[in-house]
Amino acid sequence: MSFINYAAREINCKLVYYGPGLCGKTTNLQFIYTKVDPGTKGKLISLATETERTLFFDFLPLELGSIRGFKTRFHLYTVPGQVFYDASRKLILRGADGVIFVADSQIERMESNIESLENLEDNLAEQSMSLEKMPFVLQYNKRDLPNAVPVEELQAALNPRNVPWFEACAATGVGVFETLKGAAKLVLSEMKKKT
Amino acid sequence: MLEADLTLYEEDARRLTAVLHKLCEDAKSRAVFLIDKAGQLIASAGETGSVDTTSLASLTAGNIAATSGLAQLLGEKEFSVLFHEGEKDNLHISIVARRGILVVLFDSRSSLGLVRLRVKRASEDIGQVFAEIAARAEQEAGRGKATLQAQFSEITDEDIDNLFKG
Repeated sequence: MSFINYAAREINCKLVYYGPGLCGKTTNLQFIYTKVDPGTKGKLISLATETERTLFFDFLPLELGSIRGFKTRFHLYTVPGQVFYDASRKLILRGADGVIFVADSQIERMESNIESLENLEDNLAEQSMSLEKMPFVLQYNKRDLPNAVPVEELQAALNPRNVPWFEACAATGVGVFETLKGAAKLVLSEMKKKT
Repeated sequence: MLEADLTLYEEDARRLTAVLHKLCEDAKSRAVFLIDKAGQLIASAGETGSVDTTSLASLTAGNIAATSGLAQLLGEKEFSVLFHEGEKDNLHISIVARRGILVVLFDSRSSLGLVRLRVKRASEDIGQVFAEIAARAEQEAGRGKATLQAQFSEITDEDIDNLFKG
């Protein structure tokens, strides 16, 4: 649910990072937070447990610049990845303008990736939304690990529609901004289409 | 999607801000914020300078979402009012017109009773503005492109690309 404010000349959008536990959603936000100019970002809020597992969500407001005199602001959210936090994930998905699915490239996490993607589709369906109808990109994270499966396999398992996808290593920042840009572009194009 | 996109024009913002100013004064509160359920700040009034309004909006929306989830779990439609009591400051949070969240920040110069009373009145006024925004959005959808929104549809792919340069 985007919010166009003609009074403040602002476009506000909500982007949600989804994916299985420990796939690197929070790490994506942390990297963006450390790299972005202080003037264009707000505080990074993490509602996490004492062991730094996301409990409810992480939140980072980001200003990208102006289009035709409108400030474009993206509110980045992560969901808690652990299976039993499903109720929280549903809440955070509400009103999302776009979704970034962060997949863990490690072979032993393939099943969790598929499970989490199915969970995303189920939760969107409950809100009468679907991945086909909304801006959606994939990030294949942890490409630097020795047990990473080839991209072709990830594509076959997770990306049958061949939506935009990005290879990443969120811990060092590789691919983090590319993913964000890919998703933000889709959201803005979608908004353009709707008006 | 469940809720339509929200488009706020200057006149809407002016009217909503006027309602908030009145509420802030009448309720003797420090500050008042109107937020949408997705966590975007719509309007505010009072001593807002010392508050990180973006974070406040997002956390409040999360709070309301979690509380709504709790309500449904227990078979309630929703818990429409939340109250947080601090040592100095208190927060009164309520759902207005289904899609908005009204947050009143107040200290010992006011009281919960007074805030509740004034919030009720202001909620009606906000509800009316929201209803008009929704009616207009429906009209515009019927007519195809709204004149002001047409300006938005002129955004080119190049404009979008330019955002990411540098």
